[in-house]
Amino acid sequence: MKSLLEIKNVTVRFGGVTAVDGVSLSLGKGELIGFIGPNGAGKTTLMRVITGMVKPNEGEVILEGKDLSRLPIHERVSSGLSLAQQIVRPLVSFHALDNVILACGKKKTENVLSSLFHKDTSEESEKAKDLLTQVGLADSFYNFPETMPLGHLKRLELARALALDPKLLLLDEPLAGLNQLEARKLSDLIVTLNQKGQSILLIEHNLKEVIRICKKIYVQDNGRFLAFGETAEVMSNIEVQNAYLGKNKNA
Amino acid sequence: MDYEITLLTTMSISILFALGLNFVTGFCGQISLGHAAFLGTGAYTSALMTKASIPFLITLPASAMTAGCLGFFIGLASLRVRHDFLAITTMGVGFLFVGIVRQQDFFGGEEGISGISSPGFSRFGFLLLCIALTLLFAFFSTAIKRSWMGRVFESIADDEDITSILGINVAHYKIFAFVVGTSVAGVAGALYAHHLRFIGPDSFGFVESVSVLAMVIIGGVGSVWAVSFSAALLSVLPMLIQFVDDYKLLFYSGLLFSMMRFSPGGMASIVKKMKTNNEKSS
Repeated sequence: MKSLLEIKNVTVRFGGVTAVDGVSLSLGKGELIGFIGPNGAGKTTLMRVITGMVKPNEGEVILEGKDLSRLPIHERVSSGLSLAQQIVRPLVSFHALDNVILACGKKKTENVLSSLFHKDTSEESEKAKDLLTQVGLADSFYNFPETMPLGHLKRLELARALALDPKLLLLDEPLAGLNQLEARKLSDLIVTLNQKGQSILLIEHNLKEVIRICKKIYVQDNGRFLAFGETAEVMSNIEVQNAYLGKNKNA
Repeated sequence: MDYEITLLTTMSISILFALGLNFVTGFCGQISLGHAAFLGTGAYTSALMTKASIPFLITLPASAMTAGCLGFFIGLASLRVRHDFLAITTMGVGFLFVGIVRQQDFFGGEEGISGISSPGFSRFGFLLLCIALTLLFAFFSTAIKRSWMGRVFESIADDEDITSILGINVAHYKIFAFVVGTSVAGVAGALYAHHLRFIGPDSFGFVESVSVLAMVIIGGVGSVWAVSFSAALLSVLPMLIQFVDDYKLLFYSGLLFSMMRFSPGGMASIVKKMKTNNEKSS
């Protein structure tokens, strides 16, 4: 499978702490890869390296053969990345529809002068309504974020990320804070998106759902690569089990 | 009649100045506590140029350019510092401006520049020019607010990091806001200099920066017409009521405090609430 995202030997140090240590990862077009690891494994840090929110001390991030390592966040997004964050951050002065419309208008907002001469939002509005309907927020177009429950905000975050028509969708713990039913629904939605051809890198703590929906899993522990491969194979790996459950002294 | 014309000209220049700050602070969410420095830059540029026998109308774009260039550099600074730190940086720019002007004979030093020549219009003609420029920028501001640029500005004011994640080049928009807002302050400065025919360092100090910020906040940040109303009212109050003139800073600060405490959205928010209540009751 042709590689879409390649992370090569990324190392991130915060003072004396090495959060990510020489990690490499590859994701093919159309793949859905679960990215797991215990707390403090450096998952979110690596995700932030991919989006450019954290600058690595070493290593490269390559998307479809293009080196993104030195690009600022907005240029990485223009190159085809999109992120739904773990802690949802909707634009609070915009209602749900306007949050998504702004992301849909990427072509009109990528240039200052172009944004000055464009006023019409009908095309973006239609697309935003479709996306919100797709994520199950058809009844919440005009709701402001402060009035929406966490489950809806997670979906809004996802709709906004999808509005950017990303080549690669990065999902940072989208199921965190959701109850079992909500988590299952959102997981099913992620699978549906992947089946439509969307490439997704999914960081998640909810192992049950990750095992259910991801065919491949990448595991990191203490900032280091631990395992990568088919889900069943990785989950039967003794080192992965030790990382999650602690070492079995009798083994 | 001369008094009324003077009053209206003062109002008009103040509205233009306040709308310039509203573009930066109200639309784009970038606080500026030194906006009077840009008013001063425009005023000094225009005054010095007309002193050198350059026609007033040519000094207007020149004033916009000099203030806009300074605004460009402050815009660059805004990429490094945010919120409280940006407020302190812009405040520093205000003090720096006054400090430089005060020390340089070229700018007239402490005594300022007096005897600024007539703009070449009658007082009424000058008033019409001020009103025309103010209306032009008010309509431009309204058009911006309704455009995609207005959406991006609102998004930056809301959350800069999220705006970046939506693929928007925040730096370009912030610099654009600073350049436009400060250029307009420069034009207002040129009009101010030729309205009063005298300028000095004290006309562009911290009090002036706080006064214009009060106009924007009391009107309602981001609302073109509410800021215009607030600027019109607050600019003539010191001329109409002696007490306000004597205790200008105290009066403006008190209003600013009351507004932040009871209606952070300013007068625009009060009017909106009243409208909503009327609709509910009818």
